[in-house]
Amino acid sequence: MGELRLMKGNEALAEAAIRAGTDGYFGYPITPQSEVIEYLMAEKPHERTGMVVLQAESEVASINMLYGGGGTGKKVMTSSSSPGISLMQEGLSYMAGGEIPCIVANIVRGGPGLGDIQPAQSDYFQSVKGGGHGDYRLPVLAPASVQEMSDFVPIAYELAFKYRTPVLIVSDGLIGQMMEKVELFDQMPRLTDEEINEKYPWGTNGKPKGQERRILTSLDLDPHKLEKHNFKLQEKYRTIEENEVQYELIDCEDAEYIIVAYGSSARISQKAVQLAREEGIKVGILRPITLWPFPKNAIDELVVGGVKGFLSVEMSAGQMVEDVKLTVRERTKVDHFGRYGGVIHSPEEVLEALKSKIIGG
Amino acid sequence: MTEEIIIAGFGGQGVLSMGKILAYSGIMQDQEVSWFPAYGPEMRGGTANVTVIVSDDRISSPTLTAYDTAVILNQQSMDKFEETVKPGGVLIYDPNGISKHPTRKDIKIYTIEGAKIAAEMGNTKIFNMVVLGGYLKVKPIVKLENVIKGLKKSLHERYHKLIPLNEDAITMGMKNVVEA
Repeated sequence: MGELRLMKGNEALAEAAIRAGTDGYFGYPITPQSEVIEYLMAEKPHERTGMVVLQAESEVASINMLYGGGGTGKKVMTSSSSPGISLMQEGLSYMAGGEIPCIVANIVRGGPGLGDIQPAQSDYFQSVKGGGHGDYRLPVLAPASVQEMSDFVPIAYELAFKYRTPVLIVSDGLIGQMMEKVELFDQMPRLTDEEINEKYPWGTNGKPKGQERRILTSLDLDPHKLEKHNFKLQEKYRTIEENEVQYELIDCEDAEYIIVAYGSSARISQKAVQLAREEGIKVGILRPITLWPFPKNAIDELVVGGVKGFLSVEMSAGQMVEDVKLTVRERTKVDHFGRYGGVIHSPEEVLEALKSKIIGG
Repeated sequence: MTEEIIIAGFGGQGVLSMGKILAYSGIMQDQEVSWFPAYGPEMRGGTANVTVIVSDDRISSPTLTAYDTAVILNQQSMDKFEETVKPGGVLIYDPNGISKHPTRKDIKIYTIEGAKIAAEMGNTKIFNMVVLGGYLKVKPIVKLENVIKGLKKSLHERYHKLIPLNEDAITMGMKNVVEA
């Protein structure tokens, strides 16, 4: 068993970054995420593993440092919160185009604009539908506990390098700020330059004599060549959709109704399910762990299995509910409930919405 | 066993650290715990609160609207949280600085003179440990030995010399909590 600690979600993410063998973290403080860089600075990982931690001059600088670092085959990571993540969208689009691996963690806060610093889930569209320009997708992991804030870091690196893509970890101020018990995984070694060279024959880390030039770019002015590049990207996205969907079913065996919820909304909804079941209402939860690729097949199976209605519970005005509707295709009832702008819905409100919008609606 | 607690008072009273020590004590006896603080604008204006859940099972929602126990350390928190105690639940408060005392008849109400006892012990900083002692007498959800283990885990080694003082404060709290 690994080391047990009581940690904030943000701290667990930071500690996991060190233990996953990250080579460089580049970030800029923003509430409710600042504990990540604060923890890393205090922990001095350069003394533990040689990992670089740098406070960049802005979020735009951070994401472009990831482009440079990730382009050499190093494990690089940043984190921010909603307004900062918006600033990074150009860089993310370039990295998707240049097929550069990295991890970007978004500890979502209320928006739009500067919004507030309380928890929200209103960056779903930005995370799963693109965010930046161009035809691209990013794998998105949504932790629902402090434990998963730690566990998902190595999983995100695995995806990032397997598919040569940025990977998003989308959490929120609630998971970031709360403390829970976390079992930390053991330190993984950082790769040596030789190992990187062997594993990643695309890395732009110096050109020995006789080696072909390696170019990482998102620019190709020949439309036919660029279309071909896009075909390749799309094929990659189809492979990810086929192989990398992750979700959790909670109390769904006998469920007549399903709450679809991720991250902190999934936690709050679990309490709502307990309350509902005390009243004899048979409801379960489908928790997407990957927001993209979205667990369409799991929803489809529930529809075929005779579920009478789905309630998408998100701290937003209704974003993920669109993906639920696309999958359900009007075969049964789908609605949305959520507080937003930094307001956290209570388990009682979720139960009330289930009754009024799905069961009685 | 699942115990859902709100601890609320002024910033600087040690509300958050009291919650943290309680949560660590739960871990020491192999329970699931969560600790969710009010942060950001909620903290401005001087009030601080934290929701702590200690359970034998996986914890669902870390935020709640009703609690098994409320530990209340100032008037603003009394105004806000008296009504959030579940019927049959427990409210513990320090009467120091409370002008409007709780009136509910469907819950058990206790007082602990935390500020006074800490002052008599010569260290106002151990106020929160006196209150924790009072809470643990009413709701012995974690063993004292595990609280001490929790303190060791959550305090930096250079403060470990203060652990006996903290233990005394907890014991004083246990002795002095009274039904209101």
